Amino acid sequence: MNQRDHLVYMANQIARNFGTMADMGAAAATADHIAMFWDPRMKANVFADAAGLSPVAAAAVELLRGDPHPPHQTQATQFNAGDEVGHSDAG
Amino acid sequence: MGYEPQADFGTPASDAADSITLTIDGRETTVPAGTTVMRAAAELGNNIPKLCATDSLKQFGSCRLCLVEIDGRRGTPASCTTPVEPGMVVRTQTPALHKLRKGVMELYISDHPLDCLTCPANGDCELQDQAGAVGLREVRYGYEGENHLDSAKDLSNPYFDFDPSKCIACSRCIRACDEVQGSFALTMDGRGFESKISAGTAADDFLSSECVSCGACVQACPTSTLQERKVVEIGTPDRSVVTTCAYCGVGCTFRAEMRGEQLVRMVPWKDGKANRGHSCVKGRFAWGYANHQERILNPMIRESIDQPWREVSWDEAFAHAASEIRRIQAKYGKESVGGITSSRCTNEETFLVQKLIRAGFRNNNVDTCARVCHSPTGYGLKTTFGTSAGTQDFDSVMQSDVILIIGANPTDGHPVFASRMKRRLRQGAKLIVIDPRRTDIVRSPHIEAAHHLPLRPGTNVAVLTAMAHVIVTEGLADEAFVRDRCDWDEYAHWAEFVAQSRNSPEALEPVTTVDPADLRDAARLYATGGNGAIYYGLGVTEHSQGSSTVMAIANLAMATGNVGREGVGVNPLRGQNNVQGACDMGSFPHELSGYRHVSDAAARALFEADWGVAIDPEPGLRIPNMLDAAVEGTFKALYVQGEDILQSDPNTKHVSAGLAAMECVIVHDLFLNETANYAHVFLPGSTFLEKDGTFTNAERRIQPVRKVMTPLNGLADWEVTQGLANALGLDWNYSHPSEIMDEIARLTPSFAGVSFERLDALGSIQWPANEAAPDGTPVMHIDGFVRGKGKFVVTDYIPTDEKTGPRFPLLLTTGRILSHYNVGAQTRRTDNVVWHPEDLLEMHPADAEDRGLKDGDWTWLASRAGETTLRVQVTDRVAPGVVYTTFHHPATQANVITTDYSDWATNCPEYKVTAVQVTASNGPSDWQESYDERSRRSRRIEAEAAE
Repeated sequence: MNQRDHLVYMANQIARNFGTMADMGAAAATADHIAMFWDPRMKANVFADAAGLSPVAAAAVELLRGDPHPPHQTQATQFNAGDEVGHSDAG
Repeated sequence: MGYEPQADFGTPASDAADSITLTIDGRETTVPAGTTVMRAAAELGNNIPKLCATDSLKQFGSCRLCLVEIDGRRGTPASCTTPVEPGMVVRTQTPALHKLRKGVMELYISDHPLDCLTCPANGDCELQDQAGAVGLREVRYGYEGENHLDSAKDLSNPYFDFDPSKCIACSRCIRACDEVQGSFALTMDGRGFESKISAGTAADDFLSSECVSCGACVQACPTSTLQERKVVEIGTPDRSVVTTCAYCGVGCTFRAEMRGEQLVRMVPWKDGKANRGHSCVKGRFAWGYANHQERILNPMIRESIDQPWREVSWDEAFAHAASEIRRIQAKYGKESVGGITSSRCTNEETFLVQKLIRAGFRNNNVDTCARVCHSPTGYGLKTTFGTSAGTQDFDSVMQSDVILIIGANPTDGHPVFASRMKRRLRQGAKLIVIDPRRTDIVRSPHIEAAHHLPLRPGTNVAVLTAMAHVIVTEGLADEAFVRDRCDWDEYAHWAEFVAQSRNSPEALEPVTTVDPADLRDAARLYATGGNGAIYYGLGVTEHSQGSSTVMAIANLAMATGNVGREGVGVNPLRGQNNVQGACDMGSFPHELSGYRHVSDAAARALFEADWGVAIDPEPGLRIPNMLDAAVEGTFKALYVQGEDILQSDPNTKHVSAGLAAMECVIVHDLFLNETANYAHVFLPGSTFLEKDGTFTNAERRIQPVRKVMTPLNGLADWEVTQGLANALGLDWNYSHPSEIMDEIARLTPSFAGVSFERLDALGSIQWPANEAAPDGTPVMHIDGFVRGKGKFVVTDYIPTDEKTGPRFPLLLTTGRILSHYNVGAQTRRTDNVVWHPEDLLEMHPADAEDRGLKDGDWTWLASRAGETTLRVQVTDRVAPGVVYTTFHHPATQANVITTDYSDWATNCPEYKVTAVQVTASNGPSDWQESYDERSRRSRRIEAEAAE
């Protein structure tokens, strides 16, 4: 897989998994995840061309276009505050 | 400090709450009920002579040396088997006892070589000490009679010898193997005079036996019968330093016993809180790599990877590396470079590497090998519990009633903890194993799993959801716990999901291949069997749904109330010694130490104020993304400390393409590893024996690593990183790792109470350690989850996209073996290769027969990613349709086979599921041949400089 294909695959995979967690909006969760864990060039790559993205992943990209720092949807994207103790990493 | 043997109180400590007062040799003492007279006396400083007793083993009462007199009792009872009683009056030294002991000792010595002066244990021998203690001055029986003095030595084990001529048949070795290690490899063969220690095999030697070479028998032996080769070769130690093992995530504490600057032996430290005095073959014996001839001690550079290496000074190496980093950043942008921290290095070194990337490279392109092992643990546990680390300390397992192991092979991967676990299982705890392979712990001496669920690789989520289905639909959930500790609405939603008929064990059987009735019984046992503890490893995380599986595990634990007290919990068994620490130290590209996201301005401000530089607010690249970007042309330089990504990361061809596309690869390691084949700068590393620092083990325990010898390369790893940082224009002037820890504590709230001084005082600290918990936190989530309520997450099973089919009909899963560690860079350079000289492919007899393969045949193993050759081991340990291999040997390069598929949330590679085909082979693959040639050429060092 080249980088572009890999990134599209990753976005679709994230979207698909969030899609099974019915208590959260899959597109919003996918956007939140990409915002918090992807390097700018990875984001720019999928922003540049929506080809191959699933509908949920494409919706997530659209959300990110509107707001590069969307609201957090899971505890995995809620990190410790500067002086906060006891939470942990999200890989 | 001089050499002192570890204190031995003769019998184990009692943990009884009640105490008893008695009088020993005229002194009144109070001890816990259940304490033996021997131990009570020893704690007073009255060491009763003994031979068969040692405080790591249950009392035995065979040597008859520890006799005492007790008022009101007839005869002379053995103090090791006599528990204290209220008001008891004991005499440990009387003329009558003296005579008795001397007579007993005389009999022992009458069949023991009198070669003390040339014996390797001279001066470090309990028999010798006790002969002196009882005043034995002559042996009246002579040596003409029948004896054992000519018994042949067993020299089969590469690390220790067995000399039966010196054996006193005390059974300490047998009991250590049984009680401490749990292997039951040794036995007493024969009776009376014919009694002898036997390994119980046809060859009757240790190497061919069930012995796992943990060293427990050697440590227990009171004579020189079981003796380390290094003691024979070097002599007895004259000083010792307590430090922490650098192998797996158990984090065993050892005494490095030294003679001058030479390491004589590594002896597990009885006071070590992770290992409680036990060890495995790696930590105990496999440290010879530290002095291996292939270790590189001088910095080297080269213009291109086709050239031979050229040795240079440290200054030249640093200057060259720094100029290359700056050149590349000027040409391709500041985000075109990055680095990888090492989970084998100390917290302090790891912290410095990520600081170098953020403050020196001025980006967040830093990642760590946790990416390829336990990153889904971070994501899954953070989502559900609010914090990612394991919930328990290792001691907790002794309070467990049901132990559920999923995707872990602790007897191979975490052997010292596995021994503790096996001890609890022998006491009666029930065992559930969920694993495609029949791992050793499924059935071992005196242990048999109540349930082994041999699932099809890739179906963890389906199995766990099916277990949840049983728990919910049969009313086995602990609703009181859930209402108190979790979000009830989320639970109700999750319960509704798992209760759907499509999630029943029967409905999912076609996917999981697990017998539904067995799965139901396993779920019932976990839910209702008392304290239920889940232990898991990379068989959980290294899947496309690794994070979902971790969340499914957390769901199960919360639903059954198995969180927040001793004996329960969710316990990731970390692979490398400092995986937890590397994560804590800010090794991930999106977060600073203490798990604060780089986009948080307030968090960044703390570091910016301390470091005097602005920190990039955007996440950096993860390892696989770095390699993708390198192939794509936007990532050009990499600093890799203590990590061999070419051998350890998936899809080797892709990794090699990424590395080959870079213009500067800086490898900082002990050896010219496989990644170094693509490197332009080589910075020699130091071993854990050569530096100070800390490791954090799987139970969040921060432990000291202490320098026991001078670095052979001249610099500890933290000094090398500092040299590179200063060449890049940073002004670092740490003079000792304790100063780095002070900075970590200053900037990381969960480490606020940690310092070298505190660690020296306490021995170790389990984070979080702060004002609220100054001595650390052994068990987490006792009164509530970190972030309020525990969260249930729906984990629907999504099959991996790695599919079997006509071309690739089998599923390959990979793992490690006891004698080797990760890519084997260390253990392959020790005598551990005796046990595992090559990677083998395990295959079920039916699959082997279909392919005309027999045990030992060379096979061609191919996937969509690549192909290799290795020999087959035919075994029903794996199910039909599943094959298994290890990845310890670069000649095999198992990761040529594995693919780019990864966990959806974290990019942790899906090592555990690869569709493959296996056929007979008559030679190495093209890749192996070309790689071997490239590797050989790449390791050349210019002759004139090397001389």
